[in-house]
Amino acid sequence: MKVKFGEVNLLNGNEAAAAAVVLARPKVIAVYPITPQTACVEELCNFKANGMLDAEIVHAESEHSAISACIGAACMGVRTFTATSSQGLALMHEVLFIASGMRLPIVMGVANRALSAPINIWNDLSDSIAQSHSSWIQLYCASNQEIFDTIIQAYRISEEPEVLLPTMVCYDGFILSHLYERLHLLTQEEVNSYLPEFKLPFAVELGKRMVLGPLVGPEHYMEFKKSQRDAMQRAKREIRKANKEFFERFGRCYGDGLLESYNLEGSNKVVITIGSLAFNFRYYVKKEGGKVGVIRIRSFRPFPAEELREAVEGVEKIAVVDRAYEFGLGGALYHEVRSSLFGLEKKINNFILGLGGKKVRIDDLKFIIKHCGESKNYWINVHGENVSEDG
Amino acid sequence: MAEILEKAPLTCSGCGLAIATRIICRNFRKPSILVLSTGCLEVTTTLYPYSYFNCPVLHVAFENAAAVASGVFRALKTQGREKEVDVIVLAGDGATFDIGFQALSGMVERGEEVCYICLDNEAYMNTGIQRSGATPLFASTTTTPTGRMSMGKLERKKKISLILGMHPIAYLATASIAYHRDLIKKLEKALAKKPSFLHILTPCPTGWRFDPQHTVTLSKLAVETNYFPLFEIEDNKLKLNYKFEKRNPISDFLKLQGRFSHLKEEEIQKIQEMVDEDYIQLVQLEEAGEVF
Ligand SMILES: Cc1ncc(C[n+]2csc(CCOP(=O)(O)OP(=O)(O)O)c2C)c(N)n1
Ligand SMILES: [Mg+2]
Repeated sequence: MKVKFGEVNLLNGNEAAAAAVVLARPKVIAVYPITPQTACVEELCNFKANGMLDAEIVHAESEHSAISACIGAACMGVRTFTATSSQGLALMHEVLFIASGMRLPIVMGVANRALSAPINIWNDLSDSIAQSHSSWIQLYCASNQEIFDTIIQAYRISEEPEVLLPTMVCYDGFILSHLYERLHLLTQEEVNSYLPEFKLPFAVELGKRMVLGPLVGPEHYMEFKKSQRDAMQRAKREIRKANKEFFERFGRCYGDGLLESYNLEGSNKVVITIGSLAFNFRYYVKKEGGKVGVIRIRSFRPFPAEELREAVEGVEKIAVVDRAYEFGLGGALYHEVRSSLFGLEKKINNFILGLGGKKVRIDDLKFIIKHCGESKNYWINVHGENVSEDG
Repeated sequence: MAEILEKAPLTCSGCGLAIATRIICRNFRKPSILVLSTGCLEVTTTLYPYSYFNCPVLHVAFENAAAVASGVFRALKTQGREKEVDVIVLAGDGATFDIGFQALSGMVERGEEVCYICLDNEAYMNTGIQRSGATPLFASTTTTPTGRMSMGKLERKKKISLILGMHPIAYLATASIAYHRDLIKKLEKALAKKPSFLHILTPCPTGWRFDPQHTVTLSKLAVETNYFPLFEIEDNKLKLNYKFEKRNPISDFLKLQGRFSHLKEEEIQKIQEMVDEDYIQLVQLEEAGEVF
């Protein structure tokens, strides 16, 4: 792949991610293939093969080892990157919690894909949503431009000394990872001016008595977790700040960084969703000219509860559209939204669609907008029908 | 030379791991970074806010020390410091033979310049003596208990060093805390030629059920009965370091340990045959020359 930094390029999502990684200049990159992310790490290997990337590439024998190698390298105080999808992310599960618990600002690309079984390589968000308890910051992109920009921002957010938590930059598998879009790439100088040199305050120092990853008993464990919680709260501020400064320098931003609202002014109904699906709704609403707002949650972790309460102030009816389901509970985003809006008088219902790459049709959007805020929750287009969850 | 493992850690008395680790740490040749796997050594040396090691220690999980060490080595490389520092893994047999084998195999296959040392006490000791792929035939553990219908573990120990010998490894050796000079010599080589693998038998009084005073005696008997022969693999060749005119009978090694106390003559004989067979295999590999 040929890219021209500082210009408009035609790139797919994986290429956009790889181009951003080149400019962020991580020192150690761990790679392992899985559809639909594979092309991202292939591109990184190409960049290195052609002298455009000065990084050590660890050809790990599994995703579990890939993320572990990132941890080892990050402990030495160097910037790291890895990318995965679906089963690969699930295989990392144990180590994700360790990366965040050790407070290492690793950045990982996640091309979202359904989880097995049945095995399915197509898009939904069940892979990264299943890791939402791992104390990683999770930013979801809606365009290839946003993937590029967000990876640069992610290093800045994660490496902020008051945060020091890892970030997943999530983008819809195939829908973004494989679709070509015109996007503007920054130059190396621009990225350098935005992203300071990485310095890990507790990096390994030779000869020094230090343990990274000690055994911690009941006397101290909760204190570690409380400081981790505080860091995640501060991440909200830093996500906003990173977004704002990015706008000031380069003229692009994504809502307030945490969520992005569209057409809320005077709308009684709002659709809340994540990722590129929000653009489908936006497009539809724009075309149909309805009084319907769209809110895209960009930061699923930390979850922007207060910001969401503010955003929906003038709205009465809310449709939460989920592409990840928590069995025995409901749509993952739906439950976040409900608990965030607790106590407000809103009519909220839930629509599940697009699991495992099921095509989202114009009629589905129409149906959701029509039934927004009613009492029933629906699974969209199952055996060709929209079925209410209560049967 | 400054002591790296400074004070007695919280190990049981007579712990083979502690002895081996002390010898290893006394013989660091450069500033070193230790990567530990979850297990007895890690929990007895790194209880927050203390550390018994006077050097940087990383601990991430049970099965990924080889992958973590790979990341450490690569980071050093990007900093141009990889020749100034030794990256050393200290891992248990469970972490090495079983759950972390894939990561170790990958590390060696990639040629990461890491010295990986397996401290083998022949079971998952930290969780209370459960069987591992390193537990020998007929040993009683809490998951291979003896009983009316059970003679203990029914499978033989995995030949980890031979398996790793078939990897593109720069240096590999078995070593014993009773053969102190041999161990130090091997450690020197393992630090000089990486990736390398050292397999050290570390008797465990609690898990093997023997009097703590016998740790070194048992280490010595393990070698002299050919239960744990000392050899090296280097330049594609295997070399046996000690060959005994007349090996001691395996019963000398078994009879000091509670984990074998249920064995009758028949099982002891079976173990003897197995030990002799395995030893002959090593002799044949040595004679075969550059087979690795
Ligand atoms: C993924 C995972 N599974 C299980 C455990 C529980 N566990 C901790 S230490 C250990 C045994 C360690 O055995 P070994 O590697 O032989 O070291 P030893 O304690 O015997 O020195 C086990 C099973 C764990 N920490 N992580
Ligand atoms: Mg063990």
